[in-house]
Amino acid sequence: MFGNLIDKIQHLGVVTLGSFQRLGRAGVFLLEVIASCTDLLVKPTLLVKQMFSVGVQTLIIIVVAGLFVGMVMALQSYYALVDFGAEDSVGVMVSLSLLRELGPVVTALLFAGRAGSALTAEIGLMKATEQLSGMEMMAVNPMRRIVAPRFMAGVISMPLLATIFSAVGVLGAYVVAVQLLGLDSGAFWSQPQNKVDLYEDIYNGLIKSLVFGLIASWIAVFEGYDCIPTSEGLGQATTRTVVYSSLAILFMDFILTALMFSK
Amino acid sequence: MTSRKIEILVGLFVAAAIAAFFMLAMSVSNMSSYGGGDSYELKAKFDNIGGLKVRSPVAAGGVTIGRVTEIQYNSDSYEAVVSMSIEEQYNKFPVDTAASILTSGLLGEQFVGFDPGAEEDFLKNGDVIDLTQSALVLEQIIGQFLYSKADEEKE
Repeated sequence: MFGNLIDKIQHLGVVTLGSFQRLGRAGVFLLEVIASCTDLLVKPTLLVKQMFSVGVQTLIIIVVAGLFVGMVMALQSYYALVDFGAEDSVGVMVSLSLLRELGPVVTALLFAGRAGSALTAEIGLMKATEQLSGMEMMAVNPMRRIVAPRFMAGVISMPLLATIFSAVGVLGAYVVAVQLLGLDSGAFWSQPQNKVDLYEDIYNGLIKSLVFGLIASWIAVFEGYDCIPTSEGLGQATTRTVVYSSLAILFMDFILTALMFSK
Repeated sequence: MTSRKIEILVGLFVAAAIAAFFMLAMSVSNMSSYGGGDSYELKAKFDNIGGLKVRSPVAAGGVTIGRVTEIQYNSDSYEAVVSMSIEEQYNKFPVDTAASILTSGLLGEQFVGFDPGAEEDFLKNGDVIDLTQSALVLEQIIGQFLYSKADEEKE
């Protein structure tokens, strides 16, 4: 009876200490990656290649998602606002919510699912097939050659993707509101111009997406580098990447929104 | 895929993002109204500014000619001091111009409205507008209305 209880307490301690250890390892890992990023200035080709697989190949899902998010928001806000005769505000509502929240957050969630999981699987498989140790044998630092370009490409791509997402979303809303619902196109554009601030809204949205890009890429490359090198461990690592990144992004979004927009 | 093709696609990706940023900045945000043009500063003192905020528009005849840059409270004269930056091209307001705080529509945002006077001299950078009219506070109007109604019924 008591033995069982003590076992459980011990297990709890092991799990707690284990997760703190992992968190510490992830922090040290981040510093190492940032330190290794200096090499990319000398060899930008590595970065460009990763920008392709992380950024360009994520572009399609971002554009399609942005288009439909914008279109749905226009339809829904029109439905809610038309009762008050305020349907001209559809443009403001859609562009503000896209620039401040939906653009960075939805892009980051899609990014974690599309690019983050791929990064983890790629690096994890390299570890499982001992390509990383092979590189070390050849005196090539895998941190600089493999991890840093992928991390940096993620950090750079996220704000670009989020900007494209917001722009496409606003265009989608324009198509629905003006072409489909027959709102005035002048009111659609002029209301946001009065209400949306370049610094307050657009720059803060960019800062948000930069932070999300950093978090998502960090978790993705760390989980890959730190995974148990078996097929099962690799699967778990990929799942963890998506779950942890999504939770971290939503949590950080709350903190950043509280810092930026609460007045 | 050749590295040349990859580089071109990445270049297109970055260019698309920059284009998207410009589209957002120019047609969705208020960047066009920041306008790099010159401006001059005017001040006006109000008893009550109502819901006026920094960056609220300043309009004359319904045309936006500037923005509110700063709102302070002067605890010596018990007045709100509103600083406004007016575009340089609108520099011919007579010194007896009146500034009032108006509301666009019934529930819209508040802005400063200029009513030009008739003097020969024009307002310069740093001048203070003396003729001002405070914001209408809806609660006060309703309160006055209720009191006058009550008085009528007594008689």
